[in-house]
Amino acid sequence: MASLAHIQLGLRSAAPAGGSGWAGRAFLTTAVLVATSAFAADALDPNALKRLVHQDCGSCHGLSLKGGLGPDLRAETLDHYDAEVLTGVILDGIPDTAMPPWRPLISPEEAEWIARYLLEPEAQ
Amino acid sequence: MKHLVLGLVATLMMTAAHAEPTATGDLGLVIERAKGSVLLVDQSDRAALARIEGLGDLSHASLVYSPDQRFAYVFGRDGGLTKVDIVTRQIANRVVQSGNAIGGAISDDGTLVAVSNYEPGGVRVFDTDTLDLVADIPTGSKTIGLVDAPGRRFVFTMWDSGETWIADFTAGKPEITKITDMGKNPYDALITANGRTYITGLFGEDGLTALDLWADSPEPIRVLPGYGRGQEEMPVYKMPHLEGWALTGREFVLPAVGHHEILWIDADTLVETGRTQTHGQPVFAMARPDGRQVWVNFAHPLNDTIQVIDSVSKKVIHEFKPGPAVLHMEFTARGHEVWISVRDANKVMIYDTQSFEKLREIDADGPSGIFFTARAHRTGL
Repeated sequence: MASLAHIQLGLRSAAPAGGSGWAGRAFLTTAVLVATSAFAADALDPNALKRLVHQDCGSCHGLSLKGGLGPDLRAETLDHYDAEVLTGVILDGIPDTAMPPWRPLISPEEAEWIARYLLEPEAQ
Repeated sequence: MKHLVLGLVATLMMTAAHAEPTATGDLGLVIERAKGSVLLVDQSDRAALARIEGLGDLSHASLVYSPDQRFAYVFGRDGGLTKVDIVTRQIANRVVQSGNAIGGAISDDGTLVAVSNYEPGGVRVFDTDTLDLVADIPTGSKTIGLVDAPGRRFVFTMWDSGETWIADFTAGKPEITKITDMGKNPYDALITANGRTYITGLFGEDGLTALDLWADSPEPIRVLPGYGRGQEEMPVYKMPHLEGWALTGREFVLPAVGHHEILWIDADTLVETGRTQTHGQPVFAMARPDGRQVWVNFAHPLNDTIQVIDSVSKKVIHEFKPGPAVLHMEFTARGHEVWISVRDANKVMIYDTQSFEKLREIDADGPSGIFFTARAHRTGL
């Protein structure tokens, strides 16, 4: 996480106020890819990912995922989606809504783990 | 933990003997959201006194105090409204008033407590003595930014429809004034401590919208219309919060949405006076009660850091990392200390706001919001 913080500090100077711009965005994406590929080498950490889901996704979707500003994410609500669709939503967000793309912060493998966890909390 | 245990022992002894009256003016409650409990803390002793359990799902919970600083009304995400007696350290009453709530407010006379709900969308108003329903105000929208305003009024805003409503309870039955065209997807709002200016932040378009509640017919006032997430959308990993701690001298300080900066606007004209670049996406930008400093925390994944900004120079004068997941800050009434909840360290950390020295850590289970009873006497808190 320390390395990620360092990279984001780098972004701050690369992307001037207001404009942000493609350069800054691209820099972020590249930098984060470098950072996440380092993480991806490690095994997925289910406890850290569960914490992310409940605490950080929970900011909008509720700690128990029953919904808030964002919709209900409980398994019974999501069961008509497949894991691939959910993984895509997690990674790329939904345009024109408050759902942000998480690709800058987590790896595709982590997003897929989260999608499966949402659909089958017990199995993970 | 030692303090908590000692506190609990002391509590048991005290309640058994009924020896001492309990002064509540320097007490506070800390939300322990996963555990569904609140931790009663003593600001002067910098100690935890007792844990009160059984409050349900407290994610994103907040609370307000009765004017006598004895009762706290805790608003839980699961729609629970719990009245906590901090003198007897027990739950005095509890109702589950909706499926999904987001916050609340208490009327200036202390007789009404209002809760804003996501599902079903609207505001419900309860008698503070009995928690009996006094008024149900459906809005057909997720309802945010609920505050109290002078004159037995509540003001709140709709995420979906972009309207702000003023509910006036002077005559008992609420009289509703609807203000349309506040902007697209307002995410939170604040009212200034004097009860005059209501400001709502917009997620769906650039800028913020203000209302002058001293006007006979308040009209939306666009603030920073060219500013916001910008044409190129910035991902927002946690919605910023707008709280009544916004006034610094002659300016209001507000967190930007998505951008790594805080915004300064003139309190009279609502025109931008400056921006300060910050470490990450700000969540809270809170003015110390005297307004001289602004303390800022940040969204995931930079939420281990706090920056302190001098409100005269608008420069960052101090930066430190209290620990993982800094969720909330609460100043003592006169601002000499700040209490900070560090969720993933399971600590509340207490700092001197002049020297920035850490004074004490208190154990708490995944702490989030911290609320001192001094809020009882401030509009909008």
